[in-house]
Amino acid sequence: MHPNNTRPPGPIVIDIENITKHYVMGQETVHALRGVTLQIHRNEYLAIMGPSGSGKSTLMNMLGCLDTPSAGRYEFNGKDVSAMDDDELAAIRNREIGFVFQTFNLLPRSTSLRNVELPLIYAGIAPATREEMAAQVLREVGLGDRMHHKPNELSGGQRQRVAIARALVNDPSIILADEPTGNLDSKTGEEIMQLLENLYQRGNTIILVTHEADIATHSRRTVFLRDGLIESDRVTEGVDTQSLAFSN
Amino acid sequence: MKRLLYEISESWKIAVAQMQANKTRSMLTALGVIIGIVAVTLMGTAITGIQKGFDKSMSIIGDDVLYVNQFPWSRVDDWWNYRARKKIRTEYADRLNRMIAATPNSNLLIAVPTSSILRSVRYADSNVRNVFVRGTNADYSIVSTVDPKEGRFFNEMEAKGGANVCLIGYDIADALFPTGSPIDKVIYINGNPFKVIGVGARQGSFLGLFSLDSIVTVPLPAFQRYFSANSETDVLVKVKDRERMADAKDELTGLMRRLRALPPEKKNDFDINEQQAFKSTLDPIKNSIAIAGLFITGLSLFVGAIGIMNITFVSVKERTKEIGTRKALGARRRTILLQFLIESTALCLVGGLIGLLLAYLMCFGIGLAVPSFPIELSLGLVMISMLVSVMTGLISGFAPAWSASRLDPVTALRYE
Ligand SMILES: Nc1ncnc2c1ncn2[C@@H]1O[C@H](COP(=O)(O)OP(=O)(O)O)[C@@H](O)[C@H]1O
Ligand SMILES: [Mg+2]
Repeated sequence: MHPNNTRPPGPIVIDIENITKHYVMGQETVHALRGVTLQIHRNEYLAIMGPSGSGKSTLMNMLGCLDTPSAGRYEFNGKDVSAMDDDELAAIRNREIGFVFQTFNLLPRSTSLRNVELPLIYAGIAPATREEMAAQVLREVGLGDRMHHKPNELSGGQRQRVAIARALVNDPSIILADEPTGNLDSKTGEEIMQLLENLYQRGNTIILVTHEADIATHSRRTVFLRDGLIESDRVTEGVDTQSLAFSN
Repeated sequence: MKRLLYEISESWKIAVAQMQANKTRSMLTALGVIIGIVAVTLMGTAITGIQKGFDKSMSIIGDDVLYVNQFPWSRVDDWWNYRARKKIRTEYADRLNRMIAATPNSNLLIAVPTSSILRSVRYADSNVRNVFVRGTNADYSIVSTVDPKEGRFFNEMEAKGGANVCLIGYDIADALFPTGSPIDKVIYINGNPFKVIGVGARQGSFLGLFSLDSIVTVPLPAFQRYFSANSETDVLVKVKDRERMADAKDELTGLMRRLRALPPEKKNDFDINEQQAFKSTLDPIKNSIAIAGLFITGLSLFVGAIGIMNITFVSVKERTKEIGTRKALGARRRTILLQFLIESTALCLVGGLIGLLLAYLMCFGIGLAVPSFPIELSLGLVMISMLVSVMTGLISGFAPAWSASRLDPVTALRYE
């Protein structure tokens, strides 16, 4: 699916050990993650796969410092995340992590430019610099001519590009994309995957969550989750992921 | 620090965009604040207006004057006791002046007699009834700001000789001489001819308070010649130094007791009044306006605050996903708290500004309708209104903003 141009892995960015997460819902306790151990290096392109409800999003939120584990150890760039308070986590998310959501999550009343500027505001960057940086990234994702459009004036693919630009603008350590093509038709989805491939080639670290096997083929490594546990973790280069057994 | 500034300016922009997107909703929500601000500004304006109007009409007769009267100006329950008192007589003025001259370092300057009565005044076919006719001498111009718009006050000779001349107030001139100058025309006071030698400058009447605009002033001997029966006499005494009113009052009381030859064990059989005491009669009016105003203000601000709290809760609910997104992008709790606080404050500020505008228009309207009421929106009131608006916004926005800031990012992102 992709040329053999896997980049050499860099230092460890994410190091989790025996992470669990459960939700108490009345009488019941849902065990979303039952003990996940994973190391992710800089320059990796990792896909997290698994059937619906297997805990992909939960793991993703954990990796993205949106959520804290019920138990287990999590080090991000060598820093213990489980010991951090809300504001420290917010700072990590702001500077080190770029989120791409299935539903784009753009602010409906703001232009592309303003949407992309948002993380820079929280980073305390001055308005002029902010605009310059946002415009630059928008041009990079091919939206140089859509800077002053609002989300409802853009196609789904263009919206996701804005979201990717927003994820990129603070130059984060990793980009987390949870079902980024889930709301797009296959052709547009393919274009978005091409964009992510380009970002990977330029040196970004990408973690992709998907339940679609052909989307996962874009990655260089695939982690399979089932019932909150890692079922397999393998290099996917050259592997036809569609032949891998997992039922939805 | 810089980041906080950027966050605040960003929040302002969002707040404005939010209001533009929900114009009707925002307006309806701000209604309580609008009414509250209108009430508080109108109340403040009315109170200062009343005070100003009062001060203005009082300043014509200086506040450095003591009045020797039969009755006290304050309301009394045993008025019959005062009725039995001897009347004040015009001769007291001369005697007081002699006593003042004989007192070294007296605090008093001069005593002037005035007698007054209600009479009708006629010129040609025009007739004005129940006019306050007053007789006094030439020294009156020392005690009071006599400032004829036209003509002059009567001179020493006219005053002493009791010439049939008069000075008429602005409103009287207006009623009797709608066109042309009244000067040198002869008017009839209860059928007695008086030549008009002066017209008073307009003073304006205020809340039905006594006004010099509807007074006719004549020389005292002339007054006594025609109207002395049933007239009321006061003696006005100007003091030297208004800072020493109390001393002057004591001195005048002493002089009056001597004049009336009262033994030490007897109580005063006269009253010394001053305008200062009269001022307190205004307090109940001002207080009731303040109470009514504060009640309306408080009630509408309370209702307004609840409305704004409610709408901010709705806004938080509607934008839960946005809050999640912002948190994912690095917004801290403080950022979210600020954002919603600023939204509710912006709403209140807009309400406050609209309220001020309405109040301004109303003041303008009142000014046109009742020109004599000195009404104006003071800068202080504008500041207070803005402050009240901001406080309302902060207080009503706090609970929703706090709950928004505490939202768990994952829960917020999952919210549909
Ligand atoms: N906030 C939550 N409260 C309760 N249960 C949750 C919550 N988030 C996830 N779960 C449960 O945890 C499990 C894993 O969910 P999720 O990570 O969203 O799966 P996936 O993304 O792989 O479809 C599911 O059974 C889901 O119902
Ligand atoms: Mg999911």
